[in-house]
Amino acid sequence: MKGLSRKIVREISDSKNEPLWMKDFRLRSLDVFMKTGFPRWGPDLSGIDFSRLSYYLSPGSGKSSSWDDVPAHIRKTFDKLGVPEAERRFLGGLGAQYESEMVYHSLKKEIEEKGVIFIDTDSALRDHSRLFRRFFSKIVPPSDNKFAALNSALWSGGSFVYVPEGVKVNVPLQAYFRINAQGIGQFERTLIVVGENASLNYIEGCTAPVYSSPSLHAGVVEVIALKGSTVRYTTIQNWSRNVYNLVTKRAHAYAGSVVEWVDGNLGSKVTMKYPSIYLKGKGSRADILSVSFSGKGQVQDLGGKVLHLAPGTSSRIISKSICQKGGSSCYRGLVYVRKGMAGSRSSMRCDSLLLDSVSKADAFPSLKVEEKDVELMHEATVGRVSEDALFYLMSRGLSQSEAVSLVVLGFISQFTRELPMEYAVELNRLIRLNIEGF
Amino acid sequence: MALEVNNLKVEVDGNIVVKGVSFVIGDKDVVALMGPNGSGKSSLALALMGHPRYKIKSGSAVLDGVDITGISPEQRAKLGLFLSFQNPVDVPGLGVETFLRQAYNSVRGRMGVMDFHLLLKDRMSSIGVPGQFSSRDLRGFSGGERKRMELLQMSLLNPKIAILDEIDSGLDSGALKDVASELKKLSAGLLLITHYIRMLEFLRPDVVHVMKAGQIMRSGDFRLALRMDREGFG
Ligand SMILES: Nc1ncnc2c1ncn2[C@@H]1O[C@H](COP(=O)(O)OP(=O)(O)OP(=O)(O)O)[C@@H](O)[C@H]1O
Ligand SMILES: [Mg+2]
Repeated sequence: MKGLSRKIVREISDSKNEPLWMKDFRLRSLDVFMKTGFPRWGPDLSGIDFSRLSYYLSPGSGKSSSWDDVPAHIRKTFDKLGVPEAERRFLGGLGAQYESEMVYHSLKKEIEEKGVIFIDTDSALRDHSRLFRRFFSKIVPPSDNKFAALNSALWSGGSFVYVPEGVKVNVPLQAYFRINAQGIGQFERTLIVVGENASLNYIEGCTAPVYSSPSLHAGVVEVIALKGSTVRYTTIQNWSRNVYNLVTKRAHAYAGSVVEWVDGNLGSKVTMKYPSIYLKGKGSRADILSVSFSGKGQVQDLGGKVLHLAPGTSSRIISKSICQKGGSSCYRGLVYVRKGMAGSRSSMRCDSLLLDSVSKADAFPSLKVEEKDVELMHEATVGRVSEDALFYLMSRGLSQSEAVSLVVLGFISQFTRELPMEYAVELNRLIRLNIEGF
Repeated sequence: MALEVNNLKVEVDGNIVVKGVSFVIGDKDVVALMGPNGSGKSSLALALMGHPRYKIKSGSAVLDGVDITGISPEQRAKLGLFLSFQNPVDVPGLGVETFLRQAYNSVRGRMGVMDFHLLLKDRMSSIGVPGQFSSRDLRGFSGGERKRMELLQMSLLNPKIAILDEIDSGLDSGALKDVASELKKLSAGLLLITHYIRMLEFLRPDVVHVMKAGQIMRSGDFRLALRMDREGFG
């Protein structure tokens, strides 16, 4: 593996003036990465070019150097979406700064007064070292999987959010604004801690396509929901079609807390992502809602995992996938109920919609239940767009592709309804563009 | 002459189910089409609207001088043809208002979201569609509700020619009256497919055709409908 060495890892750590424990953590993670094999299941990852990792993000790195380098189809999408010039430059990976930075700063001030911390992860390590260390990597250890290990060795950027006990953050915190000011890292590390009875609604990503020249993104997200808290983490992923997006997302939910992953995946070449929630406290609740859209040459390998490790816990996993033009999706779901965790409930549902006969969808739901006193439901469907529905819509003056779009938007409406208005509108517009073609 | 159908043959699933049917519907004519179950009435209607499974094998259908047999359903709608379905289709998750607005914009030209909302509310109340229906999904409506929703769509799209495939089935008697009086207000040529005399009493067809086994066996005026109602199709 060209270039990836202990020396590099030390250099990364030194250049950031990190404490010794972090340097040590990175080095141990590198060992784990080297020792760990690729997952033996799932999509083909042989196209990943490990010699082209950009190890850390100094300002300006990991971005295209000029607008002309941004692929034409992405520029065209911006035109169609009517995205303003400044935003295009950012979304095109150029990292231009613009007003959203100001939005970020005013929002930041407002929540800071309540004691909320919302900063990039590197700053958190520097400025809130005790708090940070208490929670960092407690949920996703480097040994979790090869890409979590790689992230642990090379991480840079990402968000750190801390919401103190009892504080409710009502406006959705949008990483988009923070990232805008700093650029997107290849190995982002996000850590969110929500205090007792506090609440947070966090949004990451944006709907317009994000062009990234590095083709591997391996993020890690850790969420800790303390007693009685509520956390919703929404992601909209729309990477350019060259990206391998391999993400480890996990949450620990303590007594009476609610954790929700809302996860939309449109872009990338290959995405592997199985947000998981460990229900560790009595009466805690997990909700995983995901949508994927796979077009030509795309593989969306997604799912959700809930571990019922306390009694009276409940979970719901809903996955909707849409495939067209030879794209493929694969759903992997796991629900585990440990012995003795009586009164737990879970429902898992996965629906796929194929828009043509060259696309494909698979589902591998799995239930491991050691307890008798539980209520479980699970259902999987694969469907095609009904000819009668299309005809009905077309008889009302809609074109074939408009009709398909409406059927698709209907299919994912359960998801869209959970998004803030502007995201829902954008997502709908983007799906229309994907279906109606360029 | 608004719609002129000449010797139309329709095949579905390998069978010819409409075997050479001809009729005309003038601008504001009310034409009734009756006939026993399975005689090919809906197949004719679906083929005229352009359903891909109901293939027109021969003959023509000319709407205001344009032969529509080769064009898409979308274009037929834009030329002013409307079909009220015997069995309207569900599209789960699709908001009624979103759907209707998009249909309206396609057929009648763009209207702002707010203006459309007001127009829709107005039409809903005059047709007797409950206000909350517009914020529901296009699914789960009862039989009679579906028929009112079809009429609502017709009223919004304001077609030249409307084929109403059993719009009266599933309606309670009050609803039937509402629907009939709304239909009178709309200035479309109508092809009324029905099994019941009630609707025809309200709308008084100019011509009545009786279809059997894929063919029009008999034509006449309103009195023919009365006779069919009394004596059956024999
Ligand atoms: N999609 C289809 N596939 C196969 N056969 C069909 C299909 N649609 C209609 N048919 C057949 O075509 C014939 C005519 O059916 P159609 O629905 O046109 O009758 P109809 O006159 O509308 O009857 P009804 O009064 O019961 O509504 C019937 O024999 C029916 O079974
Ligand atoms: Mg019929």
